[in-house]
This record gives sequence, structure tokens and C-alpha cells, in this order.
Amino acid sequence: MATKISARNLSFFYGSHQALFDNCLDIEERRVTAVIGPSGCGKSTHLRIYNRIFELYRDQRASGELLIDGVNILDPQIDVLELRRKVGMIFQKPTPFPMSVFENIAYALKLHFKLPRKELQQRVEQALRAASLWDEVKDKLKNSGLALSGGQQQRLCIARAIAVEPEILLMDEPTSAIDPVATLKIEELMLDLKEKYTIVVVTHNMQQAARVSDNTAFFFKGHIIEDGPTARIFTNPKQKKTEEYITGRFG
Amino acid sequence: MKSKRSITTRKWTDRLVRAFSALAVALAVLTMLWIIGTVIAYGHHALRPSFLINPSRPYGIANGGIANALLGTIAITFGAAAIAVPPALLGGIYLSEYKDNRAITSVLRFSATVMMGMPSVIIGLFVYMIMVVPSGHFSGLAGSVALAIIMYPVIMRSTEDMLGMVPYTLRESALALGMTRTRTTLRIISFAARKGLLTGVLLALARVSGETAPLLFTALFADSWPTNYFGGPTANMPVLITEYATNSPFAEMHQAGWGAALVVMMLVLTINIATRLLFRGQNDGH
Ligand SMILES: Nc1ncnc2c1ncn2[C@@H]1O[C@H](COP(=O)(O)OP(=O)(O)OP(=O)(O)O)[C@@H](O)[C@H]1O
Ligand SMILES: [Mg+2]
Repeated sequence: MATKISARNLSFFYGSHQALFDNCLDIEERRVTAVIGPSGCGKSTHLRIYNRIFELYRDQRASGELLIDGVNILDPQIDVLELRRKVGMIFQKPTPFPMSVFENIAYALKLHFKLPRKELQQRVEQALRAASLWDEVKDKLKNSGLALSGGQQQRLCIARAIAVEPEILLMDEPTSAIDPVATLKIEELMLDLKEKYTIVVVTHNMQQAARVSDNTAFFFKGHIIEDGPTARIFTNPKQKKTEEYITGRFG
Repeated sequence: MKSKRSITTRKWTDRLVRAFSALAVALAVLTMLWIIGTVIAYGHHALRPSFLINPSRPYGIANGGIANALLGTIAITFGAAAIAVPPALLGGIYLSEYKDNRAITSVLRFSATVMMGMPSVIIGLFVYMIMVVPSGHFSGLAGSVALAIIMYPVIMRSTEDMLGMVPYTLRESALALGMTRTRTTLRIISFAARKGLLTGVLLALARVSGETAPLLFTALFADSWPTNYFGGPTANMPVLITEYATNSPFAEMHQAGWGAALVVMMLVLTINIATRLLFRGQNDGH
């Protein structure tokens, strides 16, 4: 199985506070990798390096290497706009733009591609179908994206992210602000999407990790304690800490 | 026993504080109603169609109105907005979105605060020195410049506050799609805050539209239509009110002054109420 992402001695600093310590992790292509661990262990921090979104904040800094397809994306020469097209991100709280459902996706498309009107419409529809949202919104494409339900908004954000043809999707607790039925839909969607995309998902929900992921990485206090196939991690963890966490003895 | 008494005491203190707070609020509301009532009582006699259609006339000539002053005030206020709004919005965006240089940001923020507290009479005097004296004449434009200086820091700070209310995750999700910083700010964040931004501008407009002191040094007044906005004294409501309602020996002008005050008050109240309705939907549910 091909490795899509490879973290090499990745450390991270909030000012002088070190949040990640020499993380090493290989993420397989077209698989779902779950990132688990107790609150504050550095899951979000780790994920936010992959698209360099942390650079929005002045005092945040990463060191080490993060290879995507063998290229170190922490290299200052890398075009971050293109990097972020390739590496989409879904946040905990849905964040539709203050525009119509259609424009939410069309706007993202227009950032990266010059498309004739007709094709733009087709690509918007494709993206909405891929996010299994089309049937629910096809009659309200002109309505504000903010008028959708929470679960629909989250799928709109997924549609927006996949519209620009990424290769990787990062999801930071994508279902924690959403009801169980909507959560199930998004989990099913993730299983569909892994045919085309490499997905890394942070979750606090062990059942969710077990249901959707092929591989799992367990974080603890900024260190990656253990990673490997989800089935093995859940049934036969090598580290005591991992076992304690997944059996719910702490965290 | 002791603890029981202290509970009663606490309850009474609580009631007392609540009663006084309510009284304080009532006082503020009563003052407002009193002002509005007074202006209506003295001003409503003047409100005849001719009063709203005719220009003001020199002392002693009958059938004077306020139309020239109303137009003048509109010209001066919108002139001020045209000068102040674009840079004030940009300044607010800088303060809110580009926090990369803390020293510059805090100096900017502090000077805006100082400017907000600057007495408007000083600003009038300043514009008098830099525009009226060198050019040798008063002008509506000079009035606009003075009002623009007053509006500028107000709009800058309200813009900063309104942009600050937009959640950070919206910025992050725009950037995470590969959007540039500039586009994120101008197209997504400003747009999400658009109602708040407009509210800030309208409130600043309402606030300066009644400013008198700066106009006495700059636009002054003229009993003519405000055609000479760029090159001569320009009629406006605040100066008309000051002159008529207090300095005039004639009963008719006295009444006209109050009538003008009523018109200004209604305009400002309208802007405030409109703003309030507008602001209800702020933030698009974010
Ligand atoms: N903006 C920040 N400034 C300073 N420290 C931060 C910041 N964000 C996170 N941290 C610290 O970095 C560490 C890792 O935080 P992170 O948000 O990555 O944890 P997490 O595993 O995602 O937790 P959660 O499950 O609660 O989301 C924590 O100790 C946290 O206090
Ligand atoms: Mg997190």
C-alpha cells in the first residue's frame, strides 16, 4: 500500500510551548486514518500542519518534515495555495460562507479553475452529489448556505472541499457538533470518499474510529504512542497506554 | 440565628441594588423622552410645507424655511462619509485582520481612542487653520473634512469590533480552501460582517450630522442654496439651529430654530431605528 503522507520528526510550538514531539507517522493512500487520544494531546495541532493553516498565527511554528508524495510541504518554497487545494480541511463546526448553497461551491471552484458557466454548474452538482447532499438541496441552490441544517452544512463544507479536486481530506472532529443521524450519513460518506481520497479524521468517538478507519494513530501528550491497522490497535494494542485509552480507563 | 439574619440582609441588599439600577435606567429613558417632548412641543408649530420647501431668509423677511440648510447638511455629511468611510474601513480591517505587528496595531488603536475623545471644537479650529485661512473662505468642503476627521476613528473601531465578531473558523476554512488572505478578508469576512459594518457607518453619520462646533469654523452658514459647497459658506442645520433658536431676537426665527431641531432629531432617530432593525440579522447566524 502506497504511503501518501509521511511525518518525520515533526514537532510543533505555540510560542515557547512545545505541543508535539518528534511525531513520526505514515499515512496510507486512499485509506481512512483515525487520530485518537485524550483532549489536549495534540491531534488538531498535528492535523493543522498538513495544510499549514497554523501559519495564520504568528507565534506558531513547526519543525521536522512533512512529506506529501515525497515532497516536504514545510519547505518555504511550496505554494501554499496549491497545497491547500490538494489538502482539504473540514472543521468541527460547519463553516459555510455567507452566500448561497450554489455559490459556496462555485466560489471555491473559481478560486482554482477558470470554467465556463455550464461546466461550473456541472461541477457544483457533481460535488454536491459526491457529498450526498444533492437530493436535499437541488431545489434550494439559491438559498443561503447558512439556512441548511447542521448536518447539511457540514456536508456542504465537504462538497466545497472536494469540489476543488483535493487528494487528501483532513477532518477535525467533523461530527461532534452534529446529531447521530447526520453523523451516520457523514460516516457513510467517508467510506465512499476513501475510494478517491486519503482521509485523516480526528475523533473522540471510539466506535466511530472503529467503524470508519482502516488505520489508527494514538496520541498522548504530544507523542504518537502507537499506530497501525485499526483492527489490531483495538483488539491487540501493544502499548499499555493505548489499551487504557481505548477501553475508556482515562481520557 | 446569625446566618439567617445575614440571608435577610443579603436579600434586602439585592432588592435595593436592583431598585436603584432600575431607577437609573428609568432616569436615562425619562431624560430622553423629556428632550424629545420638549423639542416636539417647541418645534411642531414651525412644521409647515413652506418651512420645508423654502430656503432660509435674512432677519426680518417672512416665509423663511430650512430647505437650503437641510440640503447643505446632507451634502456636508455625505461629503464627510465619502472622505472618511473608505480609509476608516481599511484601517479597521488592518486592526482586526493583520495582527502581525503588535506595536503598530496598539499605537493605531490608541491614537484612534485619543481621536475619539478629541473635542470637536478643536477639530473645527484645526480645519479652520489648514483650510479656511489659507484659502481665504469658508466652505462646505471644509465642514466635510472636519466631520470626516470625527467619523474616521469611530468607524475604524466599529469596523474592527464587527470583524472581530466573525468566528475565526470562518477565516480558517476560507484559507484552507486555498484562498488568499486578502480575498478571505474582503470577500468572506467583510461580507459576513456587512450588516455590522454598515451599522457602524450609519451610527457615525447620525452622530456627526448634528455636530455644530466644527461647522461654525468651516462651513459657517449662508441664506442661499448650497451651490457653493466647494468655495463658500454653506447652509447647514446645526448652525441654523444655534443661530435661530438662541441668538435671534425674532419670535418667528426662534420658532424656526426649534422646528429645525425637530427635523434633525427625527432624522437622527430614523437612522438609529433603521440601524437597529438592520443589525438584528447581523452575522448570518454564525
Ligand atoms: N492557540 C494555542 N496557543 C497555545 N497553546 C495551544 C493552542 N492551541 C492548542 N494549544 C495547546 O497545544 C496542546 C494540543 O492542543 P490540541 O488542540 O492540538 O489538542 P487536541 O488533541 O486537538 O484536543 P481536543 O481533543 O480537545 O481537540 C494543548 O496542550 C493545548 O493547550
Ligand atoms: Mg482538537
